Amino acid sequence: MTYKILIADDEPNILISLEFLMKREGFDVHIARDGIEALDAITGQRPDLVLLDVMMPGKTGFEVCQEVRAQDALKDVRILMLTAKGRDTDIAKGLALGADAYMTKPFSTRELVQKVRAMLEPAA
Amino acid sequence: MNPRLRPDRRVLLGLAALALLMAAWALVTGALVMSSLEPAERAAVEALLGARLPVAGMTLVFALLIALVAFNALYRHFIVAPARLLEEARIQLGTDTERPLTVQGSPENRALADVITGFVEQRARLRADIAQQVALASRNIEQERSRLAALMSELTQSVVVCNLDGRVLLYNNRARLQFRALSDAPAVASGAELIGLGRSIYTVFDRKLVAHALENIRQRMQRGVSSPSAQFVTTTRAGQLLRAQMTPVRGVAAGTADNDPDAGAGSISGFVLMLDNITRDFEEESARDKLLLRLTEGSRASLANMQAAIDMLAYPDIEAAMRERFHGVIRDEVVALSKRVCDTAQDATRGLKARWPLEDMLGADLVSAALRRIEALGTPRAHADEVDASLWLKVDSFSLLQALTCLAARLADEYDIRSVQIRLGPAPQGTRAHLDLIWQGQTMSTETVMNWQMDAMQIGAERSPLSVRDVVERHGGEFWLERERVRHRAFFRFLLPLASEREQLDSATFVPQGSRPEYYDFDLFQTTESSRGLADRRLTELAYTVFDTETTGLNPAEGDEIIQIGAARIVNGKLLRQESFEQLVDPQRSIPAASIPIHGITPDQVRGQPTIDTVLPAFHAFAQDTVLVAHNAAFDMRFLQLKEKRTGIRFEQPVLDTLLLSALVHPNQESHRLEAIAERFNVPVIGRHTALGDAIVTADVFLKLIPLLAERGIHTLGEAREAAQQTYYARIRY
Repeated sequence: MTYKILIADDEPNILISLEFLMKREGFDVHIARDGIEALDAITGQRPDLVLLDVMMPGKTGFEVCQEVRAQDALKDVRILMLTAKGRDTDIAKGLALGADAYMTKPFSTRELVQKVRAMLEPAA
Repeated sequence: MNPRLRPDRRVLLGLAALALLMAAWALVTGALVMSSLEPAERAAVEALLGARLPVAGMTLVFALLIALVAFNALYRHFIVAPARLLEEARIQLGTDTERPLTVQGSPENRALADVITGFVEQRARLRADIAQQVALASRNIEQERSRLAALMSELTQSVVVCNLDGRVLLYNNRARLQFRALSDAPAVASGAELIGLGRSIYTVFDRKLVAHALENIRQRMQRGVSSPSAQFVTTTRAGQLLRAQMTPVRGVAAGTADNDPDAGAGSISGFVLMLDNITRDFEEESARDKLLLRLTEGSRASLANMQAAIDMLAYPDIEAAMRERFHGVIRDEVVALSKRVCDTAQDATRGLKARWPLEDMLGADLVSAALRRIEALGTPRAHADEVDASLWLKVDSFSLLQALTCLAARLADEYDIRSVQIRLGPAPQGTRAHLDLIWQGQTMSTETVMNWQMDAMQIGAERSPLSVRDVVERHGGEFWLERERVRHRAFFRFLLPLASEREQLDSATFVPQGSRPEYYDFDLFQTTESSRGLADRRLTELAYTVFDTETTGLNPAEGDEIIQIGAARIVNGKLLRQESFEQLVDPQRSIPAASIPIHGITPDQVRGQPTIDTVLPAFHAFAQDTVLVAHNAAFDMRFLQLKEKRTGIRFEQPVLDTLLLSALVHPNQESHRLEAIAERFNVPVIGRHTALGDAIVTADVFLKLIPLLAERGIHTLGEAREAAQQTYYARIRY
């Protein structure tokens, strides 16, 4: 089956690459450019996985994460947080608020793809 | 009859006893003789003696007279002389007089007189000795105190010493400046409402905060920490960030202080606060954090964007248009990242990088110090070139002077330069200064300049671990060689940071004072907040605000207004001239021409001055926790009270009136005008009819009145107020 992936980031320069990358990997890719758009897309599209940037206008990634986890219907949506905040306190916060995984910018795209696959197909 | 010759009563009694005894002897003997005779013989004897009885009486009287004279002589010799000696000795015992004793009477008495004289002389010597020792000791104490005060006032750190009640008993000039910056109304009260002898530190710091710090110190002392101290940071009402370091003043147990340092170690009698305004440090620290964050987090995002794009470009089958977009991303991010790095570097070098503690120094002072140092070397000769006297530098003067001296010495040694000049001027950018070491003649290669920068500095015999380059970096500055070919000369240029404007102001106002101000009163250590009410406190131990107002006229109810308030403080019986309050007030009405000769304040002077709405709160703060004193206080108080409604400021403290107190101690004097009283007390009148001038005269008068009141049994505030109420003048109402 084709997994549906939502990429939420306000920076077009990373969106280009991530969109290209994920499409190439054969995913059904959707884009959100700020926190509110991301939350709407998550409730509307029910993606399997969200690549969620922390620093976004509207709502931060932390807020989006928290609100998603508050809705029982969305409990299957996996969240991979991407952030330039490298402090371990930020990572702890992200995981505490319900993110399934956390990657610090910059990251290698290969590792990102590996991580996404591992999250979508834990058994494989 | 001469009283000295009149017989004492005791002598007369003795004489009477003798007479009785002799008469009794004659009678008894006569009776016994008679009873042994035959009746015929008895009759014969009676006949024989009866006619001669008057002779017996006369001999008796004669014998008694002789006895009287003898008795009297003995009495004078053995009784009167010791009695006189006793009296004279008593006089010497009771008073300080030293008169030679009358030496008379028996040899024993004379010897006793000599012994007493010996004792008196011994006592006099001892007294003189003690007086001398006391004088010496108090001179030493006085010296120590003034040495301490001198030391404190020169310190660039602000220091405040308080007793356990939080009353300030010492502060230095720096603290005064700092508190001015904290004042709500710096222009009006200039911080004098916050800091002053006897004032409570709790107007600045939260009492609980101080108590907590003291508690920490006590705990540490109990654990046996040798030099316990505590630190706290607090924000003031004016929004400044203050860091206070507290160290205890330990109690000294009486008598054992010298030989047992541990005596009384368990008790704290006060505390020392060293204050730092860290508002700016804190701002710099946050700015530094922001910079760091911008560089790390900002760059992370950029790097991520680039890395992702580069990763994508690695796919061989990528379309041309897509490839171009990825290239675009990379170009974009490189530009953004470069800009960020540039900005950060610029901000960081703007003084933020210089972590080394630099001091503010007047550039001209640095130049003259450098000239002296170089001259001290012998060669080369050093002169000042153009020096901009207005520049304040932020330097580590010690290492910078080393660098200049070292370079000058090398010029002399290696290039035979006989004369150098030093020049100081602003750099074109405006935040830095140029300090140049100029010489005429030969110059060196760039490589040599490099070596001179990197070599450890050698100054005479002493070798520094630092190089010129280190010194420059310590200042976040630069250093280079420039050649002026036309004038055939060259110079080393130091690019140095200027002190920021606020620091310049601080330093400029921090001028050591000629006359040492009274910023300390250690007697306050002994005073403790008494549980007694104010009314029961002694007049000598209270703190007073003595004030005077100048007004547009005499009737506040008809629109007359205050145009000036002046006030001085009395703490512990001393007038603190340093801690005064003087402020012109814009009355927001005209000043009647007729009143101008009285107060000497023209409409021009009050224009642009603060109004009573600003001045009254500041004066209220200045006067808090004190008793108000004024001459004819009812008049001034009326003006203050009429403003209560508008300003919400109430002066609720007790008020004493020197006019009433004067009437109390000198009820027969005709005039109780301030001038008249001042003249009576020989108080010098300076600057009369300015509010502050009058307040100071009033304060002097008040200080003279206190002992006179004490003579009349008026010791406490309550007694003084009650007595004043009863004087005739109290019935006058304005």
